Amino acid sequence: MPDAMITLRDVTKQYRGTTDPAVDSLDLQINEGEIVTLVGPSGCGKTTTLKMINRIIEPTSGTITVDGVEVTSRPAHELRRSIGYVIQQIGLLPHKTIEQNLVTVPRLLGWDGDRMAARARELMDMMDLDEQLLTRWPSELSGGQRQRVGVARALAADPPVLLMDEPFGAVDPIVRRRLQRQLLDLQAELGKTIVFVTHDIDEATLLGDRVAILRVGGTLAQYASPRELLRNPANDFVTDFLGDERMLRRLSLLTIGDLDLDAGPVVDASADAAAARSAADAYDANWIGVTAQGRLQGWMWTSTLRDGRRVGDHATTAFRVRTQPSDTLRTALDAIVSSRNNVAVVEDESGYRGMVFVEQLSAELMA
Amino acid sequence: MNALVMLGQERPLVDWTWIADNLPLIWDATLEHITLTVVSVGLGMAVSLLLTIAALRWRWMYGGILAVGGILYSIPSLAALAFLVPLFGIGATAAVITLATYTVLILVRNIMTGLDGVSEDTIEAARGQGYTERQVLLGVQIPLALPVMMAGLRVATVTVIGLVTVTALIGQGGLGQLILTGVRLLPPLPVMIVVGTVLSVVLAIVFDLALLGLGKLLTPWTRSQRSA
Repeated sequence: MPDAMITLRDVTKQYRGTTDPAVDSLDLQINEGEIVTLVGPSGCGKTTTLKMINRIIEPTSGTITVDGVEVTSRPAHELRRSIGYVIQQIGLLPHKTIEQNLVTVPRLLGWDGDRMAARARELMDMMDLDEQLLTRWPSELSGGQRQRVGVARALAADPPVLLMDEPFGAVDPIVRRRLQRQLLDLQAELGKTIVFVTHDIDEATLLGDRVAILRVGGTLAQYASPRELLRNPANDFVTDFLGDERMLRRLSLLTIGDLDLDAGPVVDASADAAAARSAADAYDANWIGVTAQGRLQGWMWTSTLRDGRRVGDHATTAFRVRTQPSDTLRTALDAIVSSRNNVAVVEDESGYRGMVFVEQLSAELMA
Repeated sequence: MNALVMLGQERPLVDWTWIADNLPLIWDATLEHITLTVVSVGLGMAVSLLLTIAALRWRWMYGGILAVGGILYSIPSLAALAFLVPLFGIGATAAVITLATYTVLILVRNIMTGLDGVSEDTIEAARGQGYTERQVLLGVQIPLALPVMMAGLRVATVTVIGLVTVTALIGQGGLGQLILTGVRLLPPLPVMIVVGTVLSVVLAIVFDLALLGLGKLLTPWTRSQRSA
């Protein structure tokens, strides 16, 4: 049983003047060092849930503890200084320079000037931001840069917990991808406990160690790892929410390295035509791949093989798409459908590793 | 011939001799004008800030103050002055209170509009980082409302500089005293009217530009904006 960092027990939030609660008797445990994504349609109470953890919103009933301590046991502003907070609108203070923004919490905690200056530089480095930006105003930065400063600010005093409310919702898809990657890299290094709200199921499954799917009315529909969620949706609501491309989503959660790779219809350049034909026949293929010193040279139709000649004497065609063990199965599928041989060839630094066939992907999804 | 006599009796609009002979009088009037303005606007600013902070604490006052301020502000300044004189009487204190009251009408509205204009997201982000309510007000809301507050301060100051000439009617007029005396003398002394008017306008322009500069100095982040 891993240690719980954040626990919500029977938490209900009923806004004044409404008949239905926004969050209804929610129990949720978030373990130390994991990223939990809260996802669901608008009105499911995901943001309300998040904001109750740092008391931006006070629950109507129920208890919330962070690191074993009830959040109401000390003044809200003290609690918040120990919890990183990132919102979609970023909310950098426009009248403070980037450096002043970065050290907001350290300043509130009373760090001395040298320590704050050093920390600001460290954070810029951590987020791949140019130190020259430190003296700029927030309005002078691009959206992506501002969002990274927002994340860095939340990390400034090294809080164990980060709350992120659709932090990448307002940036374009390319920048969002980069920010997501960066967050995962950062998390691998820092091991924070992160609660991340999003309405994008792809983002939720990409970032979350576990995903909590909420339905309108603020109840938990399913709380599981992305793989478990996509493999075994607990109910129709979850199936609907995961959408028509559930299988494709599962493919993006697995990497080629997770599969047992097949050697494929491949022979060394020194093999003769007969050996090549029988290798191709074993796969019921009308083409054969050629390696030399363990590296993939290309492929040729078996009909072009001439008897008595070695395979290496023939002209080969290069494989158009090559994949790596770290690529997702979704990338492998893309490679399969865009290749003339209907396979994805896999290579790493040391050379040819094997092939992925579409049958393997189906088998993996059925498993 | 008759016309020439009349013309000869007429006193020149710009009488440099009179000006040279009365420099101390002009200087005193100008100083008094500046003092009345600065004291009135300063007092008005302090009262306005207190009212606004009270309104922020007790939100129900907020709409009321804004609505009443809006109506009062639309009353012409001379009419407002005429209304305030019976309340505060005649004399330096009366003049200052009267002028300050009028600036409150302008300033409260601007301060509130300015504070209202501060984005909720920015405030929430500040709270989320652990700002106390007081730190949010002093460190976020007031600084970010400064551009609008400074605009209000400019309007109030320029208005008061103009109004001080009117308070000459209740015995405290700075340059207005020059104008009033120039009109009341028999025959009238046009140079006094001209000097009073010109200096009043010059004061207004100087104060307006000075406050504009001060505002830019206080809000460096509003310069060098770049569309992201």
